[in-house]
Amino acid sequence: MRYFHLVWANLTRHKRRTVLTTASVAMALFLFASLRSVVTTLRASAAVGSESRMIVQSAKAIVFFLPMSYRERLAAVPGVEAVTWANWFGGFYQEPRNFFATFAADAESYLDMYSSDLELPSDQREAFLRERSACIVGQHLLDRFGWRVGQNVTLQGTIFPGDWTFTIRGAYHAVDPAFSEDAMVIHYEVIYERNPQWVSPGWYVLQLADPSRAPAVAAAVDSTFENSVEPTRTGTERAFNSNFITMWGNVSFLMNTIGMAVVFAILLVAANSMMLSARERTNEVGVLKAVGFTDTHLFGLVMAEASAIALGGAALGLGGAKALYASTGFSAMGFLPGFDVSGGTLALGLGIAVLLALTSGLVPAVAAARLSAVQALRHVE
Amino acid sequence: MRIPIVYNVRSLLRRPVSSAMTALGVALVVGVFIAMLALANGFRMALVRTGSRDNVLVLRRGADSELASGIGRDNAAIIAALPQVAAGADGRPLASPEVFTPVSLAGSGGGDDRLVVLRGVSAQAFEVRRNIRIVAGRRFQQGRDEVIVGSAIAPRLANSAVGDTIRFGGRGWLVAGHFSSAGSSFESEVWGENEQLMPVLRGQFFQVVALRLRSEAMYDEVSRVLEDDRRLQVDAHRESEFYASQSRILRVILNFMAVFVTGIMAIGAVFGAVNTMYAAVASRTGEIAVLLTLGFKPRSILASFLVEAAFLSLVGGLAGCLVALPINGLVTSTTNWSSFSTVAFSFLVTPRILLYGLVFAVVMGVLGGYFPARRAARLPVVEAIR
Repeated sequence: MRYFHLVWANLTRHKRRTVLTTASVAMALFLFASLRSVVTTLRASAAVGSESRMIVQSAKAIVFFLPMSYRERLAAVPGVEAVTWANWFGGFYQEPRNFFATFAADAESYLDMYSSDLELPSDQREAFLRERSACIVGQHLLDRFGWRVGQNVTLQGTIFPGDWTFTIRGAYHAVDPAFSEDAMVIHYEVIYERNPQWVSPGWYVLQLADPSRAPAVAAAVDSTFENSVEPTRTGTERAFNSNFITMWGNVSFLMNTIGMAVVFAILLVAANSMMLSARERTNEVGVLKAVGFTDTHLFGLVMAEASAIALGGAALGLGGAKALYASTGFSAMGFLPGFDVSGGTLALGLGIAVLLALTSGLVPAVAAARLSAVQALRHVE
Repeated sequence: MRIPIVYNVRSLLRRPVSSAMTALGVALVVGVFIAMLALANGFRMALVRTGSRDNVLVLRRGADSELASGIGRDNAAIIAALPQVAAGADGRPLASPEVFTPVSLAGSGGGDDRLVVLRGVSAQAFEVRRNIRIVAGRRFQQGRDEVIVGSAIAPRLANSAVGDTIRFGGRGWLVAGHFSSAGSSFESEVWGENEQLMPVLRGQFFQVVALRLRSEAMYDEVSRVLEDDRRLQVDAHRESEFYASQSRILRVILNFMAVFVTGIMAIGAVFGAVNTMYAAVASRTGEIAVLLTLGFKPRSILASFLVEAAFLSLVGGLAGCLVALPINGLVTSTTNWSSFSTVAFSFLVTPRILLYGLVFAVVMGVLGGYFPARRAARLPVVEAIR
């Protein structure tokens, strides 16, 4: 710390350069944190489903409905404690881009099934269950459109055609942030009543008494319906969710590749300006050596300067990303619920900053240490 | 008077490491920029090419995707009988009532199951969709349990070689051939005969009726006739526009990513350019003073340094283009959320995208070079020449 003033003086000599270099390091790490958080958030939402719940869907594809009669047969499968069902209601609010997940669910059994994941005040729950045209929405969705509880909202159906008006009777909070708060739940009866000839449950959710029996239950369910009108495919809710995530394709590869390019580009920028600084100070290095600073001292001084820039930039970029996403509640329109910069990402970002300090400081630092006083001072006028 | 560009080029060459690093920084930004645009463009083109302008798709009213549509047999017959529909060589209308649904099929190499579009088409489909070419094997035969597999999706599915049997809907289906369709998203689909597929899929409904019009200009007429027909609850869509619109969700995401990521990267690179150019100005104070003394106007000095910055980043931009070019044609896949199914498509680098990359590079250079150049132009001669 004895040389703090010297390092500080060097940093403030070219204030503009120091600020710009620090800012570009900050930008890079901000971007790095953002991109990596997309990957970690996707992973977290792949793991959000419970291992003790199972999803029964059509073996052909999720878009095929399952007969209503399956409900009783599923409830009778040993190991199944509770059954509920839901449909994907593909609608939008006012414009196609205002699109969010809407589940048409058997309200009471659905809320019971997810009672540990959704926080919904009991009066709101009762109000929702009492009224067929009611809906509940996630708090985040409520805020996104500036809705109020008690308000009517009209969705345009795409799978279930026509206009659908629902009264918001409640707003739920997700216990696990990776559980989407950008969703709406409506009553299954409503979509059934309008299209009784072709609507039946989209998928069933089973609550298991014992998660370890999941494979046995899955096999029992699928063999029960093997020769029925709609053969089924049963898996844990977690597997179901992670399947949706893999449908995005190689997102993590894309993000990581871009992340690498960003980090490398900034490394160049930072290393370049460190070298510029070092080159301009050849004389000073000579003077310092002449007055008795050792090679180690000079090596340390240059490294300290590089570290200050890299770590300062890291603190700004990583801290900025963390603070920005936490304060704005960014969720990419509900695609990335619970978007958050994780501790692991921050640590990794810090690691990159340290690496950056080492690589950008090393060349000028070694050069400064090796430079002989005589040679350096030769240029002094 | 203008300062010759050679001066700038030589100046850059005198500081090879610093110049190269700045250019490389710009190159990386431009490379990422081009790659992301190529991704978005490839996806869009796969869907745009899927449609042709003189084809019309008829869907249930309000349905925004084939998945959400349903058209009864009787209605399909009314639609196919419209006088505006072109006739084939055999005199039958060029109309293909189609069943459309994603099914989950086993991925190749023991990978995850993939949701793949299964399309049941009529015998006229190959005349309606003119860009379908059989690249291996033959077409499926009518009345048989046979399918043909799109060339883009075939490598990603198990048992999809010609002669193999794919299982879905509780039966096996012989893969009679593979087909291509000029890079469109049809290449990510499996096709069979509509009458064979309908019973195993979604009951007594078609999802869409594809028509070939006698002339492109008849679209409005057809649209109006269908609208007015009290027996039908359907909308007509121009095929090209319809498929382009199906890429909307993903395109929005990809474009946002491209702007967000490259925007931030660009700021970093501009800062780098600013640093380099300031250092260049600082180390050439003497030179600049000489130029001023020789009678070059400050305006020329400003222009000269701007040109230098622009040149440096243009070189970087060119390098970025070269770095990004090999990704052209690289096949990747993602899910088209409108049809809930896998679409395989290739990165598509076009001259226009390369041009955008270069313009982007020059803009970065000029932005980064402006303040240092202004500083150079405003140098007080007397002080600078000391």
